[in-house]
Amino acid sequence: MAGAKNHQYHILPPSIWPLIGSISALLMAGGGVMWLHDYSGGGYVFIAGAIGVLFTMFSWWSDVIREAHGGDHTPIVQLHLRYGMILFIASEVMFFVAWFWAWFAASLFPSTVDAVGGVWPPEGLHVLDPFGWPLLNTLILLCSGTTVTWAHHALINNDRNGLINGLWATIGLGLLFTGIQAYEYMHAPFGFTGAEANIYGSTFMMATGFHGAHVIIGTIFLIVCLVRSYKGHFKPEQHFGFEAAAWYWHFVDVVWLFLFLCIYVWGGWGAEYH
Amino acid sequence: MTDTTAHATHFEADHGHDAHHDADHKPGFFARWFMSTNHKDIGTLYLIFAIVAGIIGGAISGLMRWELAEPGIQHLQGWATFVNSLTGGTEATFDEGLHMWNVLISAHGLIMVFFMVMPAMIGGFGNWFVPLMIGAPDMAFPRMNNISFWLLPPAFILLLGSSFVPGGTGHGAGVGWTVYAPLSTSGSVGPSVDMAIFALHLAGASSILGAINFITTIFNMRAPGMTLHKMPLFVWSVLVTAFLLLLALPVLAGAITMLLTDRNFGTHFFDAAGGGDPVLYQHLFWFFGHPEVYIMILPGFGMVSQVVATFSRKPVFGYLGMAYAMVAIGVIGFVVWAHHMFTVGMDVNTKMYFTAATMVIAVPTGIKIFSWIATMWGGSLTFETPMLWALGFIFMFTVGGVTGVVLANGGVDTVMHDTYYVVAHFHYVLSLGAVFSLFAGWYYWFGKMWGKQYNEFLGKVHFWLFFIGVNVLFFPMHFLGLDGFQRRVPDYTPAFADWNHLASMGYLIMLAGMVVFFVNTIISLAAGKKAPDNPWGEGATTLEWTLSSPPPFHQFETLPVIDDDKHH
Repeated sequence: MAGAKNHQYHILPPSIWPLIGSISALLMAGGGVMWLHDYSGGGYVFIAGAIGVLFTMFSWWSDVIREAHGGDHTPIVQLHLRYGMILFIASEVMFFVAWFWAWFAASLFPSTVDAVGGVWPPEGLHVLDPFGWPLLNTLILLCSGTTVTWAHHALINNDRNGLINGLWATIGLGLLFTGIQAYEYMHAPFGFTGAEANIYGSTFMMATGFHGAHVIIGTIFLIVCLVRSYKGHFKPEQHFGFEAAAWYWHFVDVVWLFLFLCIYVWGGWGAEYH
Repeated sequence: MTDTTAHATHFEADHGHDAHHDADHKPGFFARWFMSTNHKDIGTLYLIFAIVAGIIGGAISGLMRWELAEPGIQHLQGWATFVNSLTGGTEATFDEGLHMWNVLISAHGLIMVFFMVMPAMIGGFGNWFVPLMIGAPDMAFPRMNNISFWLLPPAFILLLGSSFVPGGTGHGAGVGWTVYAPLSTSGSVGPSVDMAIFALHLAGASSILGAINFITTIFNMRAPGMTLHKMPLFVWSVLVTAFLLLLALPVLAGAITMLLTDRNFGTHFFDAAGGGDPVLYQHLFWFFGHPEVYIMILPGFGMVSQVVATFSRKPVFGYLGMAYAMVAIGVIGFVVWAHHMFTVGMDVNTKMYFTAATMVIAVPTGIKIFSWIATMWGGSLTFETPMLWALGFIFMFTVGGVTGVVLANGGVDTVMHDTYYVVAHFHYVLSLGAVFSLFAGWYYWFGKMWGKQYNEFLGKVHFWLFFIGVNVLFFPMHFLGLDGFQRRVPDYTPAFADWNHLASMGYLIMLAGMVVFFVNTIISLAAGKKAPDNPWGEGATTLEWTLSSPPPFHQFETLPVIDDDKHH
């Protein structure tokens, strides 16, 4: 055929998903503002946008999987995907830098206002015992890092049962972590608002909360991999979807280690436990 | 020009054959422009978007110069009343008029930074020419490329829409492009600032995805034989820029998310009474904001390097030094942010560090300026329109750079901070730096992109009117600033009247130049001469000039091969 491509890159046909995703993002943002400011219908617009975004993700990535099965993911295209994921994780790291920055700004130089009292943790604040549930959560996440590696090795050795069991274990540990975090949040003696509220609750909750959100996203990513494992999508020589999920999982694991050491252990040092 | 000269003949023959077959098969209108996966079409969308945003942002600066043309407050209350009337409101109060001023300066800054310069440079020229210059058929992620573009119109709609909903004292987000707390938190009740924050979230997501795409493309899709050290300098500039975007924007996303939660969910990040600190916001913002100013100028450096070498008919002087100067600027750009905050009360040692670190950036920047001059030295120079813009860039950017070194001094800045001297400085590097480089790129690649050559006479008229106009507009601001005229204030003592009046006259001259620009663009697109593959002759050595004008829908279906025994 004249003009047939003589290279290994992936030239894509037109796709509607970017446009639908963007319109959905507009609805989500616009609806979110309306919702926050009590305009009628704001919540519905936001939810419609959120559904659109999720639908776009599902459809778009379904296309990516179809293309992979269709042989479009040549070695160079797989390399692109690796670069893309690593760079995405790098940007996520910088996102967490902002939250750690806020934490250290508040804790290294505690404010002298009454709400803090010039000490860290703020005067009279009861913190969560880092060596209770948080230490257990640390062990859970570290353990989940090994189970996802178990799954990976099983995959490489063409052992689908091992892959599925390893993923089940990882997902289970992820859900357990999320459950424990939810339990701790419900019993935390500090928060955003209320008479006792101060910068401790803001920085603690937002930093650990965004981490929790990333754990949930990573768990969903692993669940998608589990479903794809049952369907036999992954081959020992080509399984980037799984690797991306594993990389992401390790990333949330490492963020947790920093949160645990900096916020739970060091940041609560000297205060009474709740 | 750089070390990248290809033996075009290998593939030109192939490609001339391909161009009229499958390679040029275009999808239908909707699929082509709304579902695009083609880097050139997406680049075109970005350029159209940037022109529209530039018209709006430029019109807003016209309103500002109109108000500032005379002492006293002439128009603000009327404009605020007009905005109120759109939502069925009443006549604006005096304070609402003042708020209108804050809305105008905020909108002008945000539009020009996020919706004009960045989309034009990185989205527009980056998309168009990075794949062409490295000999790639498209970007690494062609479909993601399209969402990078399509997130911008929603962001722009949110930002423009924020002007028509309550934002505190009046309608609109009157918080400056920096969105400083506590003005943006407790100081701006109402949905307007939340809309602006979400606009920044979407624009930021767009840029991060674009950055991932450019880095992956440049690292993995260079034609066989094109090592990093043979890559055209424009590609180098986009590579460094993409890293700055990737690492700086997420910090802004975090900062404005803190604004959002402070505003709506009761957190205390920037609330001093709860133990938070408004200065934290400034640190986070400028940790993004300073790399951001290099994001806006580095691709301009790249374009100017291509243009200067082309019209000097010489390879660029000190190619590697030029490339690594940009890397150095990018790296150092991350560790100088607090020079924007010298007056917040930081201690003297910190000021000394940030002063010194900032001045270090003058070294790689000087390497670039002198290398451009050395490129021209002994070259057979001609002064077509792109070269005029590039020369204007070098001259004016140097002026802006020199005032930058003045402002870098923590002690001096205590006096200069927030005066029109600062406004003059950053407009010299942006309006006369970034924008000049954009016009240099526009005229340089006009024929390549659209297949028609622009009108040389009108291009030069555009340049001279714009050059004179912006200098008349911005140069007096140095004097105003030294005399103590504060930025972001719509009223002033009659002592400042003459320079302000002159500045507003400068705006009109610049406006006349822009009229010529649009006339030239329309005439040239409609009835311009057909552009040859390479209108610039032997000086234009990068790969895009080996292709037809415009290039086929899919170029390089057989990859070009770069010789590795290249000698200048």
